[in-house]
Amino acid sequence: MAMFILRRVGIMILTALCLTFIVFFLTNLYPNLEKLAKTQGDFRMSDEEVASYLGRNGYLQPMPVKYGQWLGVVPGFVIDDRDGVTRGQCIPPDTDPKDAPRFCGILQGDWGYSTVFREDVGKILSDKLVLTGRLMFWVMVLMVPSALILGILAGMREGSRTDRTLSTFAITTTATPEYVSGVLFIAVFASTAVGLKWFKGTATAAMDAPDFENFFLPVLTIALYGMGYIARMTRASMAEVMTAQYIRTARLKGVSFSNIVMKHALRNALIAPFTVIMLQFPWLLNGVVIVETLFNYKGFGWTLVQAAGNNDIELLLGVSVISVIVVLVTQLISDIGYVFLNPRISVR
Amino acid sequence: MAKLDYDGPILEIENLSISFFTRLREIPAVMDFSVTVQPGEAVGLVGESGCGKSTVALGVMQDLGVNGRIVGGSVRFKGRDLGQMSAAELRDIRGNEIAMIYQEPMASLNPAMRIGKQLIEVPMIHEGISESEAWARALEVVRDVKLPDPERIMRSYPHQLSGGQQQRIVIAMALMSKPSLLILDEPTTALDVTVEAAVVELVKDLGKKYGTSMLFISHNLGLVLETCDRICVMYSGEAVETGSIKDVFDKMQHPYTQALFRSIPLPGADKNTRPLKAIPGNFPLPHERPEGCNFGPRCDYFQAGLCDVGDIPMAGVKGDDRHFTRCLRFAEIDWNAPIEAMTQHASAAPGNVVLKMENLKKYYEVAANALFGGSSGKKVVKANETLSFEARESETLAIVGESGCGKSTFAKVLMGLETATEGQILLDNRSIEQVPIETRDTQTVADVQMVFQNPFDTLNPSMTVGRQIIRALEVFGIGDSDQARRDEMLRLLDLVKLPREFAERMPRQLSGGQKQRVGIARAFAGGARIVVADEPVSALDVSVQAAVTDLLMEIQRKQKTTLLFISHDLSIVRYLSDRVMVMYLGHVVELGTTDQVFSPPYHPYTEALLSAVPIADTRITKKHIVLEGDVPSAMNPPPGCPFQTRCRWKAQVPGNLCDREVPPVRELVPGHQVKCHLSQEMFDQMEPVITVAAE
Repeated sequence: MAMFILRRVGIMILTALCLTFIVFFLTNLYPNLEKLAKTQGDFRMSDEEVASYLGRNGYLQPMPVKYGQWLGVVPGFVIDDRDGVTRGQCIPPDTDPKDAPRFCGILQGDWGYSTVFREDVGKILSDKLVLTGRLMFWVMVLMVPSALILGILAGMREGSRTDRTLSTFAITTTATPEYVSGVLFIAVFASTAVGLKWFKGTATAAMDAPDFENFFLPVLTIALYGMGYIARMTRASMAEVMTAQYIRTARLKGVSFSNIVMKHALRNALIAPFTVIMLQFPWLLNGVVIVETLFNYKGFGWTLVQAAGNNDIELLLGVSVISVIVVLVTQLISDIGYVFLNPRISVR
Repeated sequence: MAKLDYDGPILEIENLSISFFTRLREIPAVMDFSVTVQPGEAVGLVGESGCGKSTVALGVMQDLGVNGRIVGGSVRFKGRDLGQMSAAELRDIRGNEIAMIYQEPMASLNPAMRIGKQLIEVPMIHEGISESEAWARALEVVRDVKLPDPERIMRSYPHQLSGGQQQRIVIAMALMSKPSLLILDEPTTALDVTVEAAVVELVKDLGKKYGTSMLFISHNLGLVLETCDRICVMYSGEAVETGSIKDVFDKMQHPYTQALFRSIPLPGADKNTRPLKAIPGNFPLPHERPEGCNFGPRCDYFQAGLCDVGDIPMAGVKGDDRHFTRCLRFAEIDWNAPIEAMTQHASAAPGNVVLKMENLKKYYEVAANALFGGSSGKKVVKANETLSFEARESETLAIVGESGCGKSTFAKVLMGLETATEGQILLDNRSIEQVPIETRDTQTVADVQMVFQNPFDTLNPSMTVGRQIIRALEVFGIGDSDQARRDEMLRLLDLVKLPREFAERMPRQLSGGQKQRVGIARAFAGGARIVVADEPVSALDVSVQAAVTDLLMEIQRKQKTTLLFISHDLSIVRYLSDRVMVMYLGHVVELGTTDQVFSPPYHPYTEALLSAVPIADTRITKKHIVLEGDVPSAMNPPPGCPFQTRCRWKAQVPGNLCDREVPPVRELVPGHQVKCHLSQEMFDQMEPVITVAAE
C-alpha cells in the first residue's frame, strides 16, 4: 500500500509539472505579455517600449528558464538596469540586492504579485481558498448524504413509486442550472416577491461571519445541482446490484430486506458513485463561479474569473497550480478509497 | 426459530402452475406440475433449457420476482402451504429449512463481503446465536465441505478462491442451518468434470450425514443417475414422466424420455455404426405450445385426433412405484422395440497428413501486476509445452482437458491469433506458426477455420445471417459476382440444413442450435480443410447437441475435413473422434486412438477424467476415483510431472521421480503415447474404469 501511494505521488508530481508548464506556456505567450506591458505601463507604448519593458522585467528569457525561475529551481533573474539600479525577480524594491535570496519561486513560497489586486498572490489564494473551502465543506455535508440516501432509496426497489418520484426529483435538480435555481431561491426565500424573507439574498456578509441565514442559499443552490447527478449514479448502481445473484442468495438465506440493503448491497453499490463524488471537488472549486457571483461571495472561482479577465498572469498561474493539486489529490483519495471499497482491486 | 417436527413428505408440489406476466401476454412457464419429496430422498428434475425447471425451484422459494406469479396449485412444505405465508414466515423458512445452491458460485457470493461473514449470517439470523458461536459452527461446516485451511478461507473474499472452492462455500452456506430441504439448481454446470465429480460426491455424502432431502435440478441425466433416488423429466413447462431412477432409466414410458436417451452419446454409440438419433424439430416457445401434447409435433408415436386435443393428464404405470407418465399411448407403445436403424456410414479412411505440430511451445509473459507497472519482475505462463502430433485428412482428433490445460491456447496459435514461442506447425509442409492471421494469405485463412463455443456471442447481432455468410465468402475471395456469392451462401445454408428463408433473418431470431449451424456454415464457407471446433456443442441442449454433432460429421465425410474437436465432454469425444489427445497443464499426457485412450492402460489423469464423467446408463459401473484439490496454476506449475500433485499412482513410482523430472513421452503400443513414469507392469495392472454389465 505504501509503495502504491508513493508511486502515485510520484506520478502526481510529474503530472502537476506537465500541467503547470502548459498553463505557464500559454499564459506567457507574447500577445499576453504585450497586453501585460501595456496595462502596467501605458496603452500607447510603442513596440520597442514594450520589448524593453518586458526585457527589464525578465519576460523575454527562454520559456524553460522562466518556468524554472517561477518554480524556484533556477535562480531568479538579475539585471543591471540603465539607471544603475540592480533589479531582479527576487529583489524587493528598497532592498539591497546582496541581501536578497537567489531563488524565489513557488517552492520558496513566493507565488508572485497580483497586478489586479495589488497584493501577494499567496495571500490572495489562501484567503479565497478558506472562503471557498467553507462553501465546499457545507455543500458536501448537505449534498453527499442526501444524494446517497436519495439514490439508494430510489435504486433499492427499481420501478416502484418511490423510485419514480425520487428520480424525477433528481433529474429536475440536475436539469436546472444554478443561475436558474439560484435566482428562484432568491426570489422565493429572500425577496418581497413571495414574502418569505427567511434567508438573505446575498452572501457578502458570510465572508466574515457566516451563519445559517446568509449562507444557506448558496450552499443549497450548489448542492441541489450536484446532488441530482450523484443520486442518479447511485440509483443506477444500486438498481444493478439489487438484481445481482448474490442479492438473491441473501434473500433466499432469509435476510430481511433492510439488512440486504444495508449489509449486502450498500458497499457494492457505493463503488461507482464514489469516483463521481470525488470528481465533484474540482468542480466545486472552479465551477461555483456562477453561484459565487450571484450571491456576491468572493471566493476562489470569482478570483479565477478576475485573474483571467484582467490578464493577471501570476494570479492565474497560482489558481491553476491549486486547481491541479486539488484534482490530483482527490483522484488519489478516490483511488485509495476504491481499494478499500472493492476488495477485488488489490495494490502491491 | 425452532424447526417443525413433521414426519410426512418434506415437500409436496401439487398441480403447480406458474406464469410470467409481460405487457403483451401471460406466459405460462410451468403447468400442472406435481412432485413429492420424502424425507431423506433426492429427487432429480431434468429437462432442457426453458422447460421450467428453475422456475419450479424459485416457485418453491416463493421468489418469482415482480412478473412471476403462482396461478394455480400449491406448494406445501412440511404440510404448510408456502403460498399462504407472510413475508416474515417465509424469511424464517428460507435458509433455515429450505436452502438453495446455485449454478454460478462466483455470482452468488457477495464480492465485497468476507466468506466467513456470509456464512455466519445464516445461523445468526435464524437461530439468534452469538457471533463467536456462529463462527465456530461455520468453521466446522467449512471443514465438512473439505476445504483446506478453513481459518484462512473464512477470512478470504470470494474472488480469492477457485470455482470449485466457491461452490463448496455455497454448499457450506446452504448447510449452515441444517435445512430439511436442499434445492440444487445446476450446481456443477460451471465447473470442470473432475471438480464436478468431487462436488457431487460431497453433496451426496453431506446429504446422508445431515439427512437432508434434495431437489436436484440438472440437464445432465448422468449426474441425476449418480445423485438421485427419483427423477422427474420436464418438457416445455410440464412434467412428462416421474418415477424412481431405475424405472425411468430402464423402463421409460414417455416418448420424450426415450428420445432424450437416444440423443445422448452413451457407451456403445458410434458415429458410423450406431449414430445418435436427434429429436426432430424445435422446442416450442411458451406462447406457441401446441394443443394437446406439447411433445406431439416432435413425437414418433404421434396420432392425429388423439394427441392433439385437450389436456393430457398424468397416468400411473401399473406395477411400478409412483411411476407416472403424461402420455395417452404409453400402454400401446412397444418400448422395447429396437431403435429404428439409422443410416450407417462406412468409416472414412484417414488420408495424408495435413497438419503437423512439432514441439510447439507457447509461453506468455505476464507482468506480476499489470495495472501498476512491473518492478517486481515478470512471470512466465507455460500455456503449451512441447506439443507434437499429426492430423490426417478426414480424421477427427479430439483434444480433451479441463479449463486451463492449454487447449484454447493451442487453437489460438494454430489459427494465427498468437504466434508460437518455439516449435513448428506444418500445414502441407509449410510452417505457419510464426505467421499471424493478418499476414496469412487468403487460402491459408480459408483452410484453417474455427467453430466457436458460444454461438450467442459469435454472430454479429445487427447483420442478417445471409449477409454474414456472404461476408465470409467475400473475405475468402469466393465467387466473382454478388449473385454467385448469394447462390453459394444458399448452398451453404442447405449444407447446414437451415431453410433458405433464414438468409434474411437476424441472429436474435434463431435458436442456439440454429446459430451454431450458421457458425458452421461460416467456417466452411471457404472450403476449410482443417476446422477447429472449440466446444461447439457444450452451450447447446442435449437434443440439439446430437443434431449439430451429426451435421459436423456429415460435412466432414463429404468434404474430407480434418476436425480438431476441443472438448471436455468425454462421452461425445468417445462417440465421434478417431484419435484423442488428453492435455493437462499445457502437456499432452496421452495420445492415441479412441479405443486405446478409453481402455487401459491409461495415463493416471485420463483414468480420473473417465471416472469423473457421469454416464446416464444404469448398466454401467464405474470405478470411483476422485481427484483432490484443484488444477495447479499454470503460472506456478509443480516441479516434475505436472499431474503429480493429484496423482493416485504417484506412490507406485520409486525414488520421487515424479517430483523431480517431467516424464518422457513413451509409446506403449504403436500410436499410443503416454507421458508417465509408471512402469510397464503397473500399466498392465490397470483395470478398466467403466464396465458395462452384461444384459
